[in-house]
Amino acid sequence: MATPDLSPAQLAAPTYPAELRSQLFQYVVQLADTSLILAHRLSEWCGHGPVLEQDLALSNIALDLLGEARSYYQYAAELEGRGRTEDDLAYLRSAVEYRNPLLVEQPNGDFAYTIVRQFLFDNFHYQLLKELKAGPDARLAAIAEKSLKEAAYHLKWSSEWLIRLGDGTPESRRRLDKAIAALWRFAGELTTPTPGESHLQELGLVPDYAALLPAMQAHVAHVLAEATVPLPTAPVAQLGGKTGRHSEHLGYLLAELQYLQRTYPGLTW
Amino acid sequence: METLAPDLSPEAQFQARIDADIRIEPKDWMPEAYRKTLIRQISQHAHSELVGMLPEGNWITRAPSLKRKAILLAKVQDEAGHGLYLYSAAETLGTSRDQMLADLHSGKAKYSSIFNYPTLSWADMGCVGWLVDGAAILNQVPLCRTSYGPYARAMVRVCKEESFHQRQGFEIMQTLCEGAPVQKEMAQEALNRWWWPTLMMFGPKDADSPNTEQSMKWRIKRFTNDELRQKFVDMMVPQAEFLGLKVPDDKVQWNEERQAYDFGEVDWEEFWNVVKGNGLCNHERLQARVQAHEEGAWVREAALAHAAKRKERAAVAA
Ligand SMILES: [Fe+2]
Ligand SMILES: [Fe+2]
Ligand SMILES: [Fe+2]
Repeated sequence: MATPDLSPAQLAAPTYPAELRSQLFQYVVQLADTSLILAHRLSEWCGHGPVLEQDLALSNIALDLLGEARSYYQYAAELEGRGRTEDDLAYLRSAVEYRNPLLVEQPNGDFAYTIVRQFLFDNFHYQLLKELKAGPDARLAAIAEKSLKEAAYHLKWSSEWLIRLGDGTPESRRRLDKAIAALWRFAGELTTPTPGESHLQELGLVPDYAALLPAMQAHVAHVLAEATVPLPTAPVAQLGGKTGRHSEHLGYLLAELQYLQRTYPGLTW
Repeated sequence: METLAPDLSPEAQFQARIDADIRIEPKDWMPEAYRKTLIRQISQHAHSELVGMLPEGNWITRAPSLKRKAILLAKVQDEAGHGLYLYSAAETLGTSRDQMLADLHSGKAKYSSIFNYPTLSWADMGCVGWLVDGAAILNQVPLCRTSYGPYARAMVRVCKEESFHQRQGFEIMQTLCEGAPVQKEMAQEALNRWWWPTLMMFGPKDADSPNTEQSMKWRIKRFTNDELRQKFVDMMVPQAEFLGLKVPDDKVQWNEERQAYDFGEVDWEEFWNVVKGNGLCNHERLQARVQAHEEGAWVREAALAHAAKRKERAAVAA
């Protein structure tokens, strides 16, 4: 399980002014929700993967993201300073309070859907962590440093699979095209800042998405070319998850995820 | 192969090596029946790891805390790893993973019947770890010294992880038993369901286990089914007492003379019924495996096709 090794100085939540603290709390919760929801989706594959080795790979990525989510939730809970725990944040908030982008809550679909979703996320996640690691918030930098190695592996894995499916068989290509058509519209939200994010970006506290885009676009172009897939014409971006307006899928996911905590409130497991 | 007694027949030399506790390796001569028995046993074990992912996988998305979710996911992932080592060990005997999977999917090959029982509450994650992994450990620790080298080595890795699993399962039970009354009830209810099926994991009574004698002679097996079952009861009854739970068998009683627990008779009719495919989840479990395999076919084909294209391009470029 992944709880990063942090020095005591890093563990002490920085002394931000109250308003900034609450804005940063929102941002860290968003990071946590994003990793948790994707980890949850990937964990649904466990035992059902297309081949044993890839079953293991999917669980590995899920475990990495779950560990990352826990680190963020723990930090968020400290920033908030109201005694909530990682589990309170994950299990006792409703769908409208969740802040993950729409992409990660989309159902697994077939393996091509899972790969396209993963590739779009990994491409963003990797560049984001690179910037966060160099950022001014020591705690986020420490979490990012640990997660960056994992994210680099995830991106390699999903890029290679995207290439295999694109330049594999006619069947795999047909399925990949379908997944791209369905999911590409969710990519834009990852790098479209909410008002809260814009504010933190202006303060220089969190990475500016505009700075991530060139590297992200270059990687997409490279991988799609290898996959012999034409670059999709930019679809109208679907936005909403990061401000709490989700697709219908999230409610079911949370109903499952939160079932025990909601049925038996206040117990220790 | 190291020759112990050059004047003897291959069969006698083979048995001499076994008796001297010298490991048999893939390239060594072995009787066809030994090879077949091992392929059956190892592939059955590999299939059990694979199918065994399903009942616990059933609770990953509903685990009650992030920590429990991570532990459970890592555990089920370990089982996939065990499957991999064991399929590889079986392949050293001249079969292939595709062949073994085909036998699983057609119903020709068996897997442990315990996985044909449903997991109905969170406490089942405790019971499966504590009892099912516990029984697996008793079955498997002796296999770390089994006569066939690749199997024995795979089992060393597997057993190390299984003992983690058991501790994690016990810890789930302990947390429930120290928790609210509703949690303790949940724990007892799960124990009531899992107790007898785990006793069945050691297989039929010795009198009804015709293969045991030969397997013991070949040192594929080192204890009889009944010996292992007794060990399990002796180990688990005090643990249940420690948890404040009651095993669902009124005949359980310490026998001073035997220095062991007496216990009731397993329902053998249920045992054979589930073995024959009539357990609650036999159909679903096998169906889930077949479906994953069939729906994964196009993925595996794409990977092969892409690798072939790469190879071809590299050849053209060279
Ligand atoms: Fe096992
Ligand atoms: Fe196992
Ligand atoms: Fe296990």
